[in-house]
Amino acid sequence: MTTAETHDPRDLQIFGEPERSDQPARPGHEGKGVINIVHLYPREMSIYGDLGNTRCLAARIRRHGYAPVVRQHHPGDEIAADTHLVVGGGGQDSGQVRIGEDLAANADRLRGLADDGVPMLMVCGMYQLFGRHFVTVGGATVPGLGIFDLETLGGATRMIGPVVLDTEFGQIVGYENHSGATQLASGARPLGRVQHGHGNNGQDRGEGAIAGHVIGTYLHGPVLPANPRVADALIGWAAQAATGRPFEPEAIDDTTADRARQTQISRLLG
Amino acid sequence: MLRTTAAVIAGKAARVATRLRGGGGSAFPGLVAERVDPAFLRNALAEVRGGIVVVSGTNGKTTTTKMLVAILRAHGKVVFTNPTGSNFTRGVISAMLGELPLGGRLHADLAVLELDEAHALRFADAVAPTDALLLNVARDQLDRFAEIDHTAQLLARLAGQATRGVVLNVDDSYISRIADGLADGVRVGWFGLDDSAKERLGELQEQDLRDATDVAPPSTGPTDAFLTPLDARRFEMLFGRRGEGGRVGPLELHQRGLAAMINATAATAMARTLLGDHFVSATAKAALQAMAPPFGRGEVIDVDGNPLELVLVKNPAGFTVALGTYAAEHDEAPVATMITINDLDADGRDVSWLYDVNFESLRANGVALTSGLRAWDMALRLEYDDVTVGAVEPDLNRALDRFLAEHRDQPKRIFCSYTTMMAMRRVLADRYDLPEFGEDAQ
Ligand SMILES: [Zn+2]
Repeated sequence: MTTAETHDPRDLQIFGEPERSDQPARPGHEGKGVINIVHLYPREMSIYGDLGNTRCLAARIRRHGYAPVVRQHHPGDEIAADTHLVVGGGGQDSGQVRIGEDLAANADRLRGLADDGVPMLMVCGMYQLFGRHFVTVGGATVPGLGIFDLETLGGATRMIGPVVLDTEFGQIVGYENHSGATQLASGARPLGRVQHGHGNNGQDRGEGAIAGHVIGTYLHGPVLPANPRVADALIGWAAQAATGRPFEPEAIDDTTADRARQTQISRLLG
Repeated sequence: MLRTTAAVIAGKAARVATRLRGGGGSAFPGLVAERVDPAFLRNALAEVRGGIVVVSGTNGKTTTTKMLVAILRAHGKVVFTNPTGSNFTRGVISAMLGELPLGGRLHADLAVLELDEAHALRFADAVAPTDALLLNVARDQLDRFAEIDHTAQLLARLAGQATRGVVLNVDDSYISRIADGLADGVRVGWFGLDDSAKERLGELQEQDLRDATDVAPPSTGPTDAFLTPLDARRFEMLFGRRGEGGRVGPLELHQRGLAAMINATAATAMARTLLGDHFVSATAKAALQAMAPPFGRGEVIDVDGNPLELVLVKNPAGFTVALGTYAAEHDEAPVATMITINDLDADGRDVSWLYDVNFESLRANGVALTSGLRAWDMALRLEYDDVTVGAVEPDLNRALDRFLAEHRDQPKRIFCSYTTMMAMRRVLADRYDLPEFGEDAQ
């Protein structure tokens, strides 16, 4: 039997992902449950290897015995109600301009999903747009989703370089590259404390933000492959959202990721 | 003039000192000369009457520059170029010091200079180029350039400085739109893929960043050059879309792959512009066929009777093209592969880009070793593409020894970031008697 499987021509290839990973699981192959991942704006907002986060999540979801479906969200699409995990990345200024309208159109759906405990990982540019607003160097205010209680000011100096953070997921490593300086409101919680690097603003040693199951960070690398505890936290919340049952993880050999992370920590912290 | 002479002497002395210490391709002598005489470069190039040609873009600068120089020299021109790959102002001066008389003025018909995107404008501020050949824009060391849009703007400004002509990539919208912002009277030439090969465009650029609806295709003429690949190694270049302006080839390069062919097409388009009616197809063909690849761009070293190839990788587009080039040769003996990645300034400090490269073509034979400061990150990346990794050995020297010893009877290939290539090549040069960095085998 053949099935007609149509791929969205706007979709990018996610390297390593199996051919039909954007299609619903075949009957009998759902494993412990189907987890629908949405990658926001792969063309406009994934310039720094951020699709690697989605590849990491999909691969680990499979290794944990669940069935991922990877949906790529392009401007003009609607984000489905049965979304269990949302990923977004960094882009250029031109990319942020092209997604503005779509993000506004999907704002209520994204806020609703976040309120329902659907986990999200927003990196760099999308992290900024998940705050209250972004003020450009020229003084224009770009509204954000307000899922994080923070604001970002465009600045003249770029904060660039390798980063080590101390977080509730242990030490995590990555690479930051941003000119916006982000200030969390007094009640907002950073993802971690900077041990090496600049972080949100180069001043208060905070990096990223975490609100419920939504994580924002400036860390590229991409951040998840070398920090599998963060990936598994997101997957655990997603499994709960998808199945209504607590996460049932499998043991995964993370030796290579641990060595990669430890090597960076030793180099940067001495 | 005295000041210039003093600068030449100081620079030459620094050059000798640098060479004695064994450092080829250093920018230090250029720095010395520039300190003594800030107008050094302008003076040096003042009597190069045939033109000052700059070659820039993210990928293929070194190869294209070398090809263009080879074609021009084959036509009898005396050409100054910066062969060491130190493609910024001081590097250009350093390269110049060897051939410069004490008067400080270079005797050449033409200067053909490879310039890094970030440094090209600084050069153009010192010396206005007559012509610019602009190849492509891709993500490269984003921590330095910050944004691809920004890189495109740098190249547009460089093109805006050209006083006589530019040759642009018709298939790369970041480059082709530069045609709109040129000085009055500047001639625009084009190079690109022939219509028959358009579906292979993805091998040369990152489609994900191209918005095809953005730009109307520029109209081209009978002196613009178009590539027609014939098979994996042979190709032809047409002048004009239908060959109405003539053709070069069929021919075959020492370097493999579509990227080398498009570089040859770019170089040929520029050579034809510079030489005008004196351009001879057969001469261009012979020059391209005879050219040895620059090191790290498909350079092959004979290691105990088996070839070892060093392939420089520095950004997603370049790495993807390199992997595609070699994946095509499935009928040849299996090649042992090593990947070495550092994250120093010259490599690009952010290794995120490795996740924008598709490694699936390495699944069949796996990767014997990963090495360099980011050896574990590279191994992790390969794990996510289901490519088996034999071993991870961060120490470059130990990795190289082990790779050569364990794959003695096999052809070998190392995909290497810039500083790992430099380090390994020094070791290999000592052992296998290679030409000095930046010099040619002949
Ligand atoms: Zn960033």
